[in-house]
Amino acid sequence: MNLNLLSWIIFLPVIGLVVIALMPKQGERTVKWVALVAALAAFILSIAVFWMFDRSSASIGLMQFEEKIPWIPAINSYYHLGVDGLSLPLVILMTFLGVVSVLVSWKIQLKPKQYFMWILLLESSISGVFCSLDLILFFLFWELELIPMFFLISIWGSGRKEYAAYKYLIYTLVGSAFMLAGILCTYFITHTFDISALAGIQISSSFIPLSVLFFLLMVGFAIKLPVFPLHTWLPDAHTNAPTAASVILAGALLKMGGYGMIRVCVSMLPQVAVQYAPIMCTLAVIGIIYGAAVTIRQTDLKRLIAYSSVSHMGYVLLGIFALNQVSLVGASLQMFSHGVITGLLFAMVGLVYDKTHTRDINNLSGLARQMPVIAVVFSLAGLASLGLPGTAGFAAEFITFAGSFASVTIAGMKIFTLIAVIGVVITSGYILWMIQRVFYGYPLEKYNGVGDADNVEMVSTFSFVAVIMAVGIYPAMLSNVINMGIIPIAKLIGI
Amino acid sequence: MPTQVPWLIFLLPFIAFLFISLVLRPFLNKRPRLGGYVTIGAVGISCALSLWVLGAVISAPGHILLIDDIEWAVIGNLNIHIGVLVDALTAVMVVVVTFVSLMVQVYSQGYMKGDPGYLRYYAFMSLFTACMLGLVLANNILFMFIFWEGVGLGSYLLIGFWFHKASAANAAKKAFIVTRLGDFGFLAAILILYAQTGTFDTETLYKLVAAGTLAGTTLTWVAIGIFSGAAGKSAQFPLHVWLPDAMEGPTPVSALIHAATMVAAGVFLVARFYPLFEHSSEALATVAIIGAFTAIFAASMGLVMHDIKRVLAYSTISQLGYMMLGLGVGGVAIGIFHLFTHAFFKALLFLGSGSVNHGTGTFDMRLMGGLRKAMPWTYITFLIGSLSLAGIWPLAGFWSKDEILVAAFGNNPVLFGLAMVTVFMTAFYMFRAVFLTFHGEYRGGAQPEHAGHSDSHSQGPHESPGVMLIPLVILAVLAVCAGWINVTGFFSQLMGHGEAEGAGFLTGFFGVLAHPLPLISLIVAILGIFLAYAMYCARWVSAEKIGSAFKPVYIMLSRKYWLDELYENVIVKTILYNGIFKVMAMFDSSVIDGTVNGAARGTAAAGAALRKLQTGQTQLYAISIAIGAVAIAVCVYLFS
Repeated sequence: MNLNLLSWIIFLPVIGLVVIALMPKQGERTVKWVALVAALAAFILSIAVFWMFDRSSASIGLMQFEEKIPWIPAINSYYHLGVDGLSLPLVILMTFLGVVSVLVSWKIQLKPKQYFMWILLLESSISGVFCSLDLILFFLFWELELIPMFFLISIWGSGRKEYAAYKYLIYTLVGSAFMLAGILCTYFITHTFDISALAGIQISSSFIPLSVLFFLLMVGFAIKLPVFPLHTWLPDAHTNAPTAASVILAGALLKMGGYGMIRVCVSMLPQVAVQYAPIMCTLAVIGIIYGAAVTIRQTDLKRLIAYSSVSHMGYVLLGIFALNQVSLVGASLQMFSHGVITGLLFAMVGLVYDKTHTRDINNLSGLARQMPVIAVVFSLAGLASLGLPGTAGFAAEFITFAGSFASVTIAGMKIFTLIAVIGVVITSGYILWMIQRVFYGYPLEKYNGVGDADNVEMVSTFSFVAVIMAVGIYPAMLSNVINMGIIPIAKLIGI
Repeated sequence: MPTQVPWLIFLLPFIAFLFISLVLRPFLNKRPRLGGYVTIGAVGISCALSLWVLGAVISAPGHILLIDDIEWAVIGNLNIHIGVLVDALTAVMVVVVTFVSLMVQVYSQGYMKGDPGYLRYYAFMSLFTACMLGLVLANNILFMFIFWEGVGLGSYLLIGFWFHKASAANAAKKAFIVTRLGDFGFLAAILILYAQTGTFDTETLYKLVAAGTLAGTTLTWVAIGIFSGAAGKSAQFPLHVWLPDAMEGPTPVSALIHAATMVAAGVFLVARFYPLFEHSSEALATVAIIGAFTAIFAASMGLVMHDIKRVLAYSTISQLGYMMLGLGVGGVAIGIFHLFTHAFFKALLFLGSGSVNHGTGTFDMRLMGGLRKAMPWTYITFLIGSLSLAGIWPLAGFWSKDEILVAAFGNNPVLFGLAMVTVFMTAFYMFRAVFLTFHGEYRGGAQPEHAGHSDSHSQGPHESPGVMLIPLVILAVLAVCAGWINVTGFFSQLMGHGEAEGAGFLTGFFGVLAHPLPLISLIVAILGIFLAYAMYCARWVSAEKIGSAFKPVYIMLSRKYWLDELYENVIVKTILYNGIFKVMAMFDSSVIDGTVNGAARGTAAAGAALRKLQTGQTQLYAISIAIGAVAIAVCVYLFS
């Protein structure tokens, strides 16, 4: 049975894009419907893949839904796609965010045709990153993603949008340059770009120390995640991006970094990863505490949530470099749960901004009276973000903490983990403070009659809530799948 | 008994919550009373089932029922199950929780009548009750933690129920964050347990401790961590600061969450993991010392409060300290027995204060007085609750307090002394409240805490409706009788603590006064009541004069030892928010981001500088080429 489902998932948005491009200019109203259909189709296919995914123990460590076609035979590069337990949840995450980001853009006025084309291209390229099993293909999608994001920020953004867009572009390109060098070195050592093949082989090289290779690959991922101190592009990009771009940026794009670390750095060079894990874990806990501390000082809602992402991605980094099976599963689950939770938070901030035209916490108060539905959903997202049990945030954080605390691969993991747990306390501080300032207290007269979420907005936000609660109440539906992808990687590390 | 019954006890209130928030609120918002009926129905059935479970446990061998559990998540050696553990401790707790909850829900029918958030109130109450039941039923520490956070959420939502009031919103946030500080220790304890034993299962942990596999410093740290979580929820020093502020919530909420159940969850948690504490003398001593200190420390602040709910709040903290002391020096049976009796009389007192508020519109005792004529039912029940709390024979509080004092006497004279002084203070502040509220002349009153019934008390204080009085009367009966359950040692024996004494009920009932210790504590309590009478009723001694004579002490107590100022202004605002966090934020924008922008500017500047080399003059290029060529030639000549 080969339906090339993964290719369809990646290229359905491109088909939608082409349809939109061919549409006459006066058909701007139908543009969003085309985008929605394309995104929805990709999402349904990814659910189908999840449904048909073979969960039997025989297929642990195997790629499923593989497609392999020679692409550049001269350098042994293939159009090679496939998913395992690690990448599948992220593909679902991206296609889900694709649908809701079309929905949250429903009222876009400025150049809707072009806007939805960029959104679809963005979705396509990020899905491509998660499905690629060939380093060249992976890199191609990785770079492709920059273009739509650049235009989305610089055209539909707000504030210092040009500055933010250029900063994002150049900062990421610096990382990409190192990564390309790393990929080329890998090729010259092993003569293959096959990611799944690279995960099993012993790499030894005379012309480049493996630790240098490790960091060449790592820099690009570290910028994307982002890892302290390479994070300052993120608050600027987020703050100035349009809502949908923020949703995808926080929701799926950052995860390319964490995914790349596990898929490429840890799988290919497990021994080097063990060697440098203490450094990465140190950066992780700095990121968690420092990110949370800086978050608490923010007064712009979007900037606040952007910084909270820096803190939350620290948990991902900690889980990855605790290099323990449980912690790696936790990190992967944390990527998914942060994707939906922070995606929802950005969508909610977008709604508040649409209605009040401000994101400054100091100008907001008592909105719970004027927009009760938004208040409830925003609070739920906030509670999930601070890791309240019953939401995806708790499941992911707890599994990460349990794994990293129990990890014996790296010395001192207990201390790292306990410091990281302190971050949870600070998180509840800034989340509750934000909710209180925006929604509680006396309602301001100027926001009387601004209106609550409409039907389209309720569909998009409630679907987020459903995912967050479902994963929180029964995390095994994802963790069982993720675990299948992590087991072979854990074996490589030797645990 | 079918094994589904314990599950149902938890699920019914949870379904009520879902039903109210997903069906009633969106579609039947015009008929809010339905929400109250749904909740009362669900909690009522749960209560009946709880009594069934209690009966089954009493007759079960070893007082324990075994129920299969369900797999939740399995990753490598991380194996999490969800299941139910029903032993005597759980059975007693579910009865207390569902019963007090039922009383409070019925009472709220009157108290919350006409409030615009009526449905939301009942939804949150159902959610809280469900989480509380989940907490006491769970058979492993991780799920206890999950519901532990759930009750914290319920508390947060209900303290901030009138969220438009800044004080309520602040109190809610404070409660959540302070308890979360304690939960840090709880979570750390869970992580240590997982790393050391690979299990979360309560009974497996008991076995590991009994076998000595889990012992030594690790065990002590686990126990201290668990206690830190308990101290946060049970408002033990130094994490007690949130509970007085939590009185911003509706009064039935205070009765249920901040008197009878959630704050007692910390005591329950320690009791649940008592086998772990038992094997660590350091941990047990910590529990006893913190408990005894909290008891007297909170009682001292209760002496000077003007707000009747604050008096009760400090009293609750103090009594929770008592329970911890009971656990630390005595055991599960002693601590939980006090939890059991306290739940009834303290819920009664809170509901009574709510009734007073309903009649007068205020919680400020300076605006009350003389209410015994206008509110006779409230007066009688409140008096019974106060006598029970003060520990007057033969009311419920006497029996449970007596056991703690006896255990403390046998353990450590200092702890016993602290407990005895607390007995005096307790009797004094409770009767200060009784005399200020119900005796003397009426001093005015004010607007009620919510707009629901603002028109009804314009003619001065009035008695509350029957729907509020019936729970008061029922609870008053229990505040009298609940202690008799252990006169013959039945309760202790149920809790696996000693055997039932052979003596009959009446022998124990009257014979207790023949012992010196109960007699002394009774006399101390009566002295406390007498002093309150002398100062606030007969006014032989002027309270103001005593206040001004001990002015520094009075100020220190009424400012709550300046702990709020220390925490909020010094630690949170000055040291963290405007100190460390501010420095970090500045570091981030100037140093880290400055470096990034600096690199960009540097590159641009380098480009601008290098651009000048591109002059466009062919001669210059030619000279450069010539120099370069010569240089290469020289290198080749020298090095080859």
